[in-house]
Amino acid sequence: MRAIRPRARGAADESVVMIDNDSAPRIMFYGEDFLCEDLPVGTRVIYPRKPLAGLPNPRAAIRYALHHPEDSEPLHALLTPGMKVTIAVDDISLPLPPMKRPDVRELILDIVLQMLADHGVDDIHIIIATSLHRRMHDWEIRRMVGDKVFDAFAPERLYNHDACDPDGMVTLGETAHGEVVETNRRAAESDLVIYVNINLVPMDGGHKSVGVGLCGYQSLKAHHTPKAIVHSDSFMDPKRSELAHSVHRIGRVCDEHMKVFHIETALNNRMFEGPMSFLMKNEDDFTEMDRLKFEAIQWTLKRTPRALRREVFMRVPAAYELIAVHAGKTEPVHEKILAKCYEQYAIPVEGQCDILISGIPYISPYNVNSKALNPLLVQVMALGYFFHMYRHKPLVKKGGVMIVTHPCSDQFDPVHHPSYIEFFNRLLPETRDAYTLEKKYQDEFAYNPSYVEMYRRGNAYHGAHPFYMWYWGQAGREHLGKVIVVGSDNSTVPKLLGWERAETLAEAISMGRSHMGRSAQITMLHHPPILMTDVR
Amino acid sequence: MNRAAHAQSPDGRAAAFYDVDGTLIKTNIVHAFAWYARNQPTLSGSLIKSAKTALSIPMFLVADKLSRKLFNQLFYGYYAGEPEDRLIVLAEELFEDVIKPSIFPRTVDLIAEARRAGLRQVIVSGGLDFTVRPLARYLGVDDFIANTLEFENGYATGQLGKPFVAGATKAQIMRDYSEHHGIDLGRSWAYSDSYSDYPMLAVVGHPTAVNPDFRLRTVARSYDWPIIDLR
Repeated sequence: MRAIRPRARGAADESVVMIDNDSAPRIMFYGEDFLCEDLPVGTRVIYPRKPLAGLPNPRAAIRYALHHPEDSEPLHALLTPGMKVTIAVDDISLPLPPMKRPDVRELILDIVLQMLADHGVDDIHIIIATSLHRRMHDWEIRRMVGDKVFDAFAPERLYNHDACDPDGMVTLGETAHGEVVETNRRAAESDLVIYVNINLVPMDGGHKSVGVGLCGYQSLKAHHTPKAIVHSDSFMDPKRSELAHSVHRIGRVCDEHMKVFHIETALNNRMFEGPMSFLMKNEDDFTEMDRLKFEAIQWTLKRTPRALRREVFMRVPAAYELIAVHAGKTEPVHEKILAKCYEQYAIPVEGQCDILISGIPYISPYNVNSKALNPLLVQVMALGYFFHMYRHKPLVKKGGVMIVTHPCSDQFDPVHHPSYIEFFNRLLPETRDAYTLEKKYQDEFAYNPSYVEMYRRGNAYHGAHPFYMWYWGQAGREHLGKVIVVGSDNSTVPKLLGWERAETLAEAISMGRSHMGRSAQITMLHHPPILMTDVR
Repeated sequence: MNRAAHAQSPDGRAAAFYDVDGTLIKTNIVHAFAWYARNQPTLSGSLIKSAKTALSIPMFLVADKLSRKLFNQLFYGYYAGEPEDRLIVLAEELFEDVIKPSIFPRTVDLIAEARRAGLRQVIVSGGLDFTVRPLARYLGVDDFIANTLEFENGYATGQLGKPFVAGATKAQIMRDYSEHHGIDLGRSWAYSDSYSDYPMLAVVGHPTAVNPDFRLRTVARSYDWPIIDLR
């Protein structure tokens, strides 16, 4: 590894950079640490776009959206005194890492609740639309919705969705494809459902908000399947995603039974600022100060226990800014927000690569405030999220190699991910075949009384959740010829995941080349922040 | 809500085995005995029996730490001379006054969830059968296995019928039960709060620590067993 030296070169704002003879080494996430590695000449590095400018007055933009909705009457016109309203809110899985206060959900809730009060609406429940995710802790909810809303509504009128509450769920019917549509009873029985969404990646939002956020296991198992994932090309491209199509059908049935007013937002990708802002830059454009900051951070991280590193990373909020907010009917609102998301995330890329390099960070949507990014989540970040961050065709060729960097420690959070532990240690040694796992074991885990109790009253993900994480990676597993993990601190985890190990990135590239040929095209996805590729 | 047709064990070959004291309810066998002691036919009898029970508590605690078998021998000796019909008749009252109010709030939900999963419900308790019966009926479990008192001429001898339902014997009893009912222990669940029930937990495929004591919590963490709190 070489130190990053600033170069006398004009500021590059292009998103696709080719490594040449005097290129600086590149920084990539390695769990709660970083690697700084030289890449072979000719490697293509794809950077996220610069953050789009945040809306100058988010509160005014939210009010404007509520008063000028898409294909709907303004929110105030939908309100009548004494009506029953449920506000559903996206959970802590978005955005990543959690954003600085005030969270955009707090801004929206403040305005919406004031509007409801002005119109004599006081039968209001706020439900965190967790679907089968873990229940959020009170302090997490407070941080998300703000002190004022939390103190006024929790716990009786502000609570987590419970997909396993026999009395709290209701079946609305089936789609034409036979998908069961099961939703939260309070929402179904309300005169109006207002959904407050954050769109971080294009698979979020739209009908997924109500159709998944408030659903039960029976609904989810219709589309959270290996088959749906394999037929989603990719699941970040809703038009070509079987997963999105199924959710769309379910959402339409929900719309037949519920009056839904959807508020969707898009954030820019300003994930790091202050001392960490160099992570948003091309390493060739580092200043002397950036280099010193990085070296200081690396020096500190190397002398800090992993648990403390995690805590520090988790406690650094992101400086996201609101770049769009739209409200009204679910579908037209989602169209507009998706367009804004792609404007922020999508990078045009010419041609696929043979070897894809991707650093895996400490965080995923499913381990916010958890004690570890466990092996299944490392897998889902690699083969689920980063592999699927494309439109048109995968960034890596069929049969290609994906190289990821992460310690892959055999660590789980027993409070948040108890069923993951059993899945990983009991099921994966038997088979990695997602179709077999689904057929043979998914229901057993879903109805495991202990896991149900831990989901409903503890803070555990639902018993079936590790299966979905495994399915998320199915398209990647079927597409790739090889996955190589750099820097794994053990051999068990990569072996159970079906991955190969390399001590260094250079060794991994060499292994990749021996598989794909000496002239293999190498591409590195330089994230986070989030980026997507439009591959032509 | 329609939650039919999701039983994972439609063949009835999996079961959920529950310890009772400290797991499903917050009282224990000493509370039950103390209640009987307080409810003697005469006021003086109640006072004497209650006083003896209170004075014996430190001894019970020490005995329990040393050996569950020793504890049982000492403790159940205090039932000697109690008429069988009286114990049985008062058991219903004991349930209403003492046991029912001490059922943990989430016990009923856990059992309902296990029933929905198609599991055969079995209580395996170190309590006495006549005190466990009303609880088993109330919770709607399929079977219960509990200790029995020996009686002679309608009066308790102070001896327990064998085998004692405790410690490693619980695991053996569960094996016998499973063999008799065609239950696959590898697909079954067990729930307990106490390290003394480690054998009962270790014998099933899905052990779960419930409101665990320190030692059981440590074991559960080591083996990655789920830990739940029904309190």
